[in-house]
Amino acid sequence: MAKAAIELVGINKSFGPVHANRDINLEVAKGSIHGIVGENGAGKSTLMSILYGFYQADSGEIRVGGKPASIRSSNDAIAAGIGMVHQHFMLVDNFTVLENVILGAESNALLNSSIAKARSELLRLEREYGLQVNPDALVEELPVGLQQRVEILKALYRGAEILILDEPTGVLTPAEADHLFRILKQLKEQGKTVVLITHKLREIMAVTDTVSVMRQGTVVATRETARTTVEELAELMVGRRVLLRVQKDAATPGEVKLSVRNLVVKDSRGVTMVNDVSFDVRAGEIVGIAGVAGNGQSELLEAIAGIRHAVSGSVLLDGKPLDTTGPADPAKLRKRGLAHVPEDRHHVGLVLAFEENENSILGYHGQPRYRKGPLLDVSEILADAKDKIEKYDIRPPNPRLKTANFSGGNQQKIVLAREMEQDPTVLVVGQPTRGVDVGAIEFIHRRLIAMRDAGKAVLLVSVELDEIRALSDRILVMFDGRIVGERGPDASEAELGLLMAGIEQKETVA
Amino acid sequence: MDVFNIVIQTLDSTIRLSVPLLLACLAGLYSERSGIFDIGLEGKMLAGAFASAAAASVFHSAWLGLGMGILISVGLALVHGFASITHRGNQIVSGVAINFIAAGSTIILGQAWFQQGGRTPALAPSERFEAITFPGATALREVPVLGPIYAELISGHSLLVYVAFLAVPFTWWVLFRTRFGLRLRAVGENPAAVDTAGISVEWLRYRAVICTGVLTGIAGAYLAMVQNAGFVKDMTAGKGFIALAALIFAKWKPVNAMFACLLFGFLDALSIRLQGSPLPFIGRVPAQFMQALPYVLTVVLLAGFIGKAIPPKAGGVPYVKER
Repeated sequence: MAKAAIELVGINKSFGPVHANRDINLEVAKGSIHGIVGENGAGKSTLMSILYGFYQADSGEIRVGGKPASIRSSNDAIAAGIGMVHQHFMLVDNFTVLENVILGAESNALLNSSIAKARSELLRLEREYGLQVNPDALVEELPVGLQQRVEILKALYRGAEILILDEPTGVLTPAEADHLFRILKQLKEQGKTVVLITHKLREIMAVTDTVSVMRQGTVVATRETARTTVEELAELMVGRRVLLRVQKDAATPGEVKLSVRNLVVKDSRGVTMVNDVSFDVRAGEIVGIAGVAGNGQSELLEAIAGIRHAVSGSVLLDGKPLDTTGPADPAKLRKRGLAHVPEDRHHVGLVLAFEENENSILGYHGQPRYRKGPLLDVSEILADAKDKIEKYDIRPPNPRLKTANFSGGNQQKIVLAREMEQDPTVLVVGQPTRGVDVGAIEFIHRRLIAMRDAGKAVLLVSVELDEIRALSDRILVMFDGRIVGERGPDASEAELGLLMAGIEQKETVA
Repeated sequence: MDVFNIVIQTLDSTIRLSVPLLLACLAGLYSERSGIFDIGLEGKMLAGAFASAAAASVFHSAWLGLGMGILISVGLALVHGFASITHRGNQIVSGVAINFIAAGSTIILGQAWFQQGGRTPALAPSERFEAITFPGATALREVPVLGPIYAELISGHSLLVYVAFLAVPFTWWVLFRTRFGLRLRAVGENPAAVDTAGISVEWLRYRAVICTGVLTGIAGAYLAMVQNAGFVKDMTAGKGFIALAALIFAKWKPVNAMFACLLFGFLDALSIRLQGSPLPFIGRVPAQFMQALPYVLTVVLLAGFIGKAIPPKAGGVPYVKER
């Protein structure tokens, strides 16, 4: 066995009554890619924060390269050769790439020489690892994939031998994620050690050599990736058997509930994002819209939900047209039975500073049942929230807790509970399981199927092809603003992948 | 000759009047670029003015006066830092408190120490920063056009005037050419990025508010020892707030700040010059109207003419290490 790059021995860390890390023993071999999986709240991030000097362990020892290391600050971690790529990038948006790279690693009090040195060093890193990025570009003008590359460059510039990546693919498109994995493999070939924290099991299988599973603050197992399966890892993570394939019967579609005709939508820059799109969604079926992110799905969803107005075309709800020419009134749409689970729950779906019970009626707060004259009926709202918490297994079960303090999966459940419990005729759902852990994904999928079986028309937009295939009764593929094909639920991944890349379209034209 | 002279004189007083604004504006720039909002510029300037006038009259030294002004102003800046950096308090509340403390305590202490109704004793010329006459200024005065410009506008100001205008390129250089400046700008935009790069956010922000204190101290000393010969209660008269407006108008950039402050100084100079003299076509205008002009223009400029001024992103938000 190769020498260990990092050894963690008996690490303990508590936050008040919460024992976030419990007797953690972990060994990461030098020159390997080591995955750490676990549900949200399993203690992965805490462990990595200890390794990066954000927190100090209550007890235990960290050894880097065989030698005991005392890591009391980020500075110590950097000095020990540990670099971290945070989930939320630690970049200064209005700085150039170069300025971001040298920040904190300047060679002396004046900038000129630091910048010159960094420029040549970046060229070297670009040659060695294929990490291309324009050093003079402003970070805020770079796509997220490149911003992440800047984070990696920052770590390498500081001489990191061990690179920790915390949920690196959460913000990436599948293509960007694939590119990242190629970079990680290249880093490994050059002898660097990579620790990859994620809850996406596919990524673990695709890129890691070994994998450790965390649950409730402990490392429950470490496996060689080649000798384990997704099913085994999922079971270890959740602590029980998890159905990765959703069980469902064949759909029995009824009449058309949502009908989109020749819809054209432009984005804020005036670029046509949805180009002459028409389709129907019937009662009792799930229609999935697949596609690589940025091909118009988001804009389509927003136009139907009344957030963004359409340039032309029409949307019919229950046979009656919606006003799509101006920004619609979402309250009116809700009254007519259209519920919307937005793609971005943090910015559109929830007010994170509100209590859970307030978010669980947001948008429906005007309904008579939540009101007592001109005031809100707080006891009724709390009772209603408790009811939803129980039904959707939202944890912790406390309706007075600030929404920001729930994990991603539970926040998503709050939105789903709010929209589904209004008994809509049409449910429009965007990225229902983005940033959500395995146990919650299974639950959310079952609820969506239950909605379908209850005779609702469900429109599902997701960039996770697995999810689309698992849930949809019909799959529409969007490419470059158009619907380029319709397939049944048994369409192969390869076939859909070609459609998503816009290849089928060319063939039909030719 | 007359028109030319009036122009020269107006520009000369523009320079003199814009100096305290400029010093306070640059002071605010250091603090706000680091993410600490400071509406206590006014109070620090006032306290600096009082301390410098008091020390200068007691010790008969302009330099000791300046030193004391800076010391007291830095002291108040550290109070603001302690409240808003160490204890993560509300920066606006802390700033307002400092303004009140300065306004009240300068009068009380002034009365207790000097018994002149809150004033400090009038300073003798040797206790002030006198005008510096550049070589050849008197000789060249008679040269047409360039002579008066050199003698009146460039030469013949107090040392602190030159300090204020040299502080502009210096601040630019610090901000954009030094490691300290890079980190200062970074901490005002994304303190977490600074923290994860292994730099102390708190110490960096403390250094920024100390810079602020030094500059507001000089601004106060200028008011009490150059523009006037002693401290008068409330002598800052809202200059700290005009400086903040200029800072926003300048979009937190040093060279812009200079032009913004010169503009406000010019309006001030204009309103003084036009007081009592009839305007062509309009006739006599009430003095109050002219005095209000700079403030009216502040509102107009800030409301519509500057486009979008984007403040440092982390401004006003205390940094808390997140989980």
